[in-house]
Amino acid sequence: MTKEILLYEIAHARTGDKGNRSNISLIAYKPEHFQILVEQITEQKVLEHFADRKPTKVVRYLLPNLGAMNFVIDDVLDGGVNDTLNLDMHGKSLSFHLLSMKVMMPL
Amino acid sequence: MMKSFLVGCGAGFSGDRTDAAAPVVKTLIERGLPSAIIFENLAERTLAAHQLTKRARPDLGFEPLLELELEPILSDCLKHNIVIVGNFGAANPRGAAKFIKALASKLKLNEPRIAVLEGDNLSDQDSKPLLKEQLGDSFDEENFVCANAYQGAREIAQAIKGGAQIVVTGRVADPSLTLGPAMAFFNWREDNWDCLAGASMAGHLLECGAQVTGGYFSDPGLKDVPNMENIGFPIAQIFEDGSCIITKADNSGGLVDVRTVKEQLLYELHDPSAYITPDVVCDITNATVEQVGHDQVRLSGVIGHPRTASLKANVFFDGGWFGEGEISYAGPNAEARARLACDILQKRMGKYMHLRFDLIGISSILGDDAGRMLSRHSAGQNLDVRVRVAAQHTSQQVIDLLLREVTALWCGGPAGGGGVRVAKRQRLSTQSCLIARDKLPASFHFYDDK
Repeated sequence: MTKEILLYEIAHARTGDKGNRSNISLIAYKPEHFQILVEQITEQKVLEHFADRKPTKVVRYLLPNLGAMNFVIDDVLDGGVNDTLNLDMHGKSLSFHLLSMKVMMPL
Repeated sequence: MMKSFLVGCGAGFSGDRTDAAAPVVKTLIERGLPSAIIFENLAERTLAAHQLTKRARPDLGFEPLLELELEPILSDCLKHNIVIVGNFGAANPRGAAKFIKALASKLKLNEPRIAVLEGDNLSDQDSKPLLKEQLGDSFDEENFVCANAYQGAREIAQAIKGGAQIVVTGRVADPSLTLGPAMAFFNWREDNWDCLAGASMAGHLLECGAQVTGGYFSDPGLKDVPNMENIGFPIAQIFEDGSCIITKADNSGGLVDVRTVKEQLLYELHDPSAYITPDVVCDITNATVEQVGHDQVRLSGVIGHPRTASLKANVFFDGGWFGEGEISYAGPNAEARARLACDILQKRMGKYMHLRFDLIGISSILGDDAGRMLSRHSAGQNLDVRVRVAAQHTSQQVIDLLLREVTALWCGGPAGGGGVRVAKRQRLSTQSCLIARDKLPASFHFYDDK
C-alpha cells in the first residue's frame, strides 16, 4: 500500500543560479527517505514538472552521504538574471516549485 | 588538539546588514584563536554597476557601504590582530584603500597596513584583444562596458604573510576570501589540493553570510528558526587538514544545523565532484556533514583536484533598457478588470515590443516570459489582483512610452485601478569566457599615497 504526499513533507530544497542555469538541491529530512527520492524524483520527471519554464536539460547528481541530490536545470530562467522579464529573475522560488511534486510513500 | 584558525563573515552581499559584523568580531576575540573576518560584497551585476560609477566618479566605484561596514569593527580588529579581507574594493580597490586609511585616521587609530590586490580588471583598452580572442564574433565592441576575471587566494595569502592587516580586493572568487587567510596561517602549499578544497568549501559556506545560519531557510512550522530578527553571522573554525566546524556569533539568533549547512553547501553548485575555483577543483561527493554540538556542524571529507589552467571572466555589454509597471484591482470582478488592463496594454504597446504580463496573486513567478502558463489559467474570481507588465528595449524612449501607458490606466483603464508604480533600469547583458591563467597575472602592493 502507498499514499501520495507532497515532496515538501519529506525533503527541503534551495535554488541557486548561474546565467541561464538553475541548480536546485533536494535534501531528505530522514536518511531512510533518500531512496524514495532516488527512485521517484528523476531527471525526466523534473523536466516535465518545470515544463512551463521550458528547460532543455536536467542533470541529477546524487550525494548519498548527505541524503541529498542536486538538479542542474538548463535554460530555465528565460536568459538568466540579466535578461529575463520575470519578477523572480534569479528563479529563487523554484525550489518550492520542486517541492510541490508528488511522491508515493509506502504505508 | 589539531591547530585551528577562525574565519568569520561580516557581509554576504552588497547591502547586507551592517550590524552583523560586530558580534562576529566580539566572538572571535572571546574565542582567543588566530582569526580573520571576510566581507563578500560582489554579485555578478554589482561589479559592473561599480565600474559605471567609477567612470563617472574616479574616486568611487568601491562598496558604497564600506564605512558602515568597517567603522564598528576596525578598531577591535586592528587591536586583536584579526585580519580583514574584503572584495569591497570592487571596481576601485585603491580608492577603497585610500578611504579605509582616512577612516582609520578619523577614528584616531594607528595607520593600518593595507594590501591592494590587482589583476582582475579587464575593462581597459589593453584587455580588449584578449577578450576578442576568447569571445570571437560575440564580442560586441560598440556596447562593451567592462570585464573582470576571477582571481584566487594566492595573492591574498602572500599579502597577509607580508604583514597586511587589511586586504582589499576587486573580483576574486568568493571562497578565495576565506582560503587566502587560511593558506597564510597554515602555510599550505599551492598544490596541497585537499586542504585547499576543504577551506574553499568552508569559504563557500561563509560567503553568503546568514544563509548558513538559518537565513533563507525558515519555513514556519516545518523549518523554524529562533530569533531571526537577530540572526548571527557565521564563523568557520578551520583545521590544519582542511576540515571545518561551522558556528555563529555568540548570543545571536538563527541556527546552524545539518539542514542549514547542506542547503548552503549545494547552493550555486553544479557538479558536486567538480566545484571549480581559481585555486582548486573541489569534490564534495564523499563529504560528511555532522552535528557536533549546539549550533556546531562539522564538514569533512572534501577532496581537492589540481586547479584548472584557466580563469573565468565575466564580460558585460550595454543591454538597453528594462521597464516594468504595476496596477491593482480589488473587489467583485477584480480579475476580469485586471485582465482587461493587460489586453489594453497589449493592443496599444504590443506592436513595439514583447510584453510579459503577470497577475500577481494568480500567476507571476512560475510561468515563462511568453506567458503560456497565465494564458492557460481560466479567469477566476480573485478579489485582490495586481497587474504587472515588463519589457525590454534598446531604446529608453520606447520603455518610457510603455511606462506612460501603464500610468494612463489611472484615467483610461478599467474601473477602480489603483497603486500604479513604474520603474526602469539600464540592462547589462553578460557573457563568460575562460582565459589562460598565465595571461592574467595577479599582484598585490601595500597602499601608500604619500
